[in-house]
Amino acid sequence: MNIFMALLRRELGTFFFSLTGYVIIAAVALLTGLSFVVLMLTLGNDPITVPVTQAFYQTFFFWLILLLLSPVITMRLFALEKATGTFETLMTAPVGDVQVVAAKFFAALIFYLVTWLPLLACLAIVRHFTQQTAALDWHTLGATYLGIFLVGCLFLSLGCFASALSRSQMAAAMISFVLGTALFALGFVAKALPFTTDNQSRIVSYFDLFNHMDNFARGVVDSRAVIFYVSATLVFLFLTLRVVESRRWK
Amino acid sequence: MIEVSNLTKRYAGRTAVDDISFTVARGEIVGLLGPNGAGKSTTMRVLSGFMPATSGTVRVSGLDVFHDSDEVRKRIGYMPENNPLYPEMRIAEYLKFRARLKGLGWLKSRERVKKVMDQCGLKDAGRRVIGQLSKGYKQRVGLADALVHEPELIILDEPTIGLDPHQIRSVRALIKSLAGKHTVLISTHILPEVEMMCSRVLIMVGGRVLASDTPENLQRRMAGGSQVIAEIAAPQEALRAAFENLVEVEHFDVTARDGEFFRCALTPLDGKDIRPAIFALAQANGWKLRELTRSQHSLEDIYVQITRPTAEVVE
Repeated sequence: MNIFMALLRRELGTFFFSLTGYVIIAAVALLTGLSFVVLMLTLGNDPITVPVTQAFYQTFFFWLILLLLSPVITMRLFALEKATGTFETLMTAPVGDVQVVAAKFFAALIFYLVTWLPLLACLAIVRHFTQQTAALDWHTLGATYLGIFLVGCLFLSLGCFASALSRSQMAAAMISFVLGTALFALGFVAKALPFTTDNQSRIVSYFDLFNHMDNFARGVVDSRAVIFYVSATLVFLFLTLRVVESRRWK
Repeated sequence: MIEVSNLTKRYAGRTAVDDISFTVARGEIVGLLGPNGAGKSTTMRVLSGFMPATSGTVRVSGLDVFHDSDEVRKRIGYMPENNPLYPEMRIAEYLKFRARLKGLGWLKSRERVKKVMDQCGLKDAGRRVIGQLSKGYKQRVGLADALVHEPELIILDEPTIGLDPHQIRSVRALIKSLAGKHTVLISTHILPEVEMMCSRVLIMVGGRVLASDTPENLQRRMAGGSQVIAEIAAPQEALRAAFENLVEVEHFDVTARDGEFFRCALTPLDGKDIRPAIFALAQANGWKLRELTRSQHSLEDIYVQITRPTAEVVE
C-alpha cells in the first residue's frame, strides 16, 4: 500500500507540478465554457423540457472533451517512461506490476475528474440565475458525474493500454484516440445498420456510449451500462497489465 | 553473491549474451569490461531482474532472479545505462520516492536519503530540480538512488560515462569506498577505470566472457610475451650475430639510434627473462649498455589482444 501511495503521489505530481497538467485543465475549461455558451443560447431561445445536464451534454463539445482528453492524459503514462528509460529503474525496484498499473490509472482518473470541476461552476451559474431547483437537482447531477466518471474510466483504461503498447507518446495518443472514437462511433453504426434480429441490435446497443450518457445526463442510472463500463475498464486494465508483464516472457 | 551459470540471452535473431558463467563473491568490486555491444548491459539487465534470460540461471545471494524477483530486487541497487531520472522532480523528492518504492518506512527513508546525499556529495542540493542538473550531478543522483536502500549488491552500468575528469575521480572514489560493505558490479569500456577500482575483471566480447582475473594477474599472464628493450653501442653485425646465437631469443629487431648506439627489441622465447643474458653479453664483449628494460603490458594491451580476433570477425 505504501508503495502504491508513493507511486500515486509521483504520478499526480507529474500532472500538477508541470505545465502540461495546467494546459490540459485550461483547454478543458475552455471547451466546457464554449458548451456553456451554446447552452445559454439554447436556453435563451426556447423553453426546454429536458434537464440542464442533458441539454449540456448534447452540445458536441462535451464529447470532444471526452474523446480528446483521455488520450492526452494517458499517452505519457508508460510511453514516456519507456522512451526515457525510467521504466527500467521503476521496474527494477521491488514493485509489483499491478501496483504500477493501478497507480498510473488512478492518477490519470483523479486528474481527469479534476478537469471536470469547471463544469460544476457552469451548472452552479445556471442554477443561481434560473432560480429553479428543478432545473438541476442533485440526483441528475450525481448521475451525470457518475456517467462522466464511468466513461472516463473506460477511455482512460484504453489510453493506459495504448500507452503501454508503445514507446512513443504520439503513437500512444493516436491508438487510444482511434480506439476511443471507434468505440464511440459504434453506437451510431448500430443505429444506421438494419438488423434482422432483435438480439443483434440489442448486443450493439450495449456499446452505445452516446445513449448511455444520455441516460446518465437525464438522471437515469442503468445498471447494464454501469456493468458495461466497469467490466470494459477492467478488461483494458488487465490487457495493460499483460503488456507490462510481457517483457518477462518476450 | 552472484552466481551466473550458462546464461544466454537472445533478442529476435541476435544473441546478445552467449552461454556465460561467472561468480562474484561478497564484497568484491568486479568490473565488466568490453567493447560496445559486447553484452554487458544485457547481462546487467538480466541480473537486475528487468529481463528474463533465454536460458541459464542467475542467482543473487542464493535467490533466483526470475522466480524470487521481488526479494532479489530488494537486495539490488541498479543504475541502468544513461542513468534515467525523472527530470521534473527535485533531488530529495526523487530519492525519497525511490526509498519509499524500495520499501523503506517514512522515518527510515528520511534518514537514508540524508545519508546518501551526504555520501554522494549532494548535500544542500536537495531542492534542485533534476532536469536542470549537470551530468555529474545527475550521475550522483543515480548513484544515491542505487545506494539508498543499503543493497547487498550494487550494479552500475557505465557509471562514469560522460563525466569530466574531476567528476570521474569523485565517482571512482565513491565506488571504491563501497568495497567490503557492498558487492559491486560495474560495466565500463574504459580500461584505467577497471585497473583503479576493481578487484577483478571480466572481459566480455561478443556475448562471451573471455577472461576473468585480477588486473595484476592478467598483466602477469601477459608479461610472458613482453619485449626486452636494450640500447647497446656496438657494431651492428656483431650485435646481430650475438643475438642469433642466443637461444632464448625468439625474434629480434635492431635499429640505429644516435651515435654508436643501437636499439634492440628482443622477444624472448617462452616468456623467459633474458635481461641477465643481455647484460652478460654486453659485459663479455665490452659493449656499452645504456638501457635495459622489459616492457610491462598494460591492461589495455591485454584487452586489445583478447578482443582483437573477435572484433575482426564481427567487422
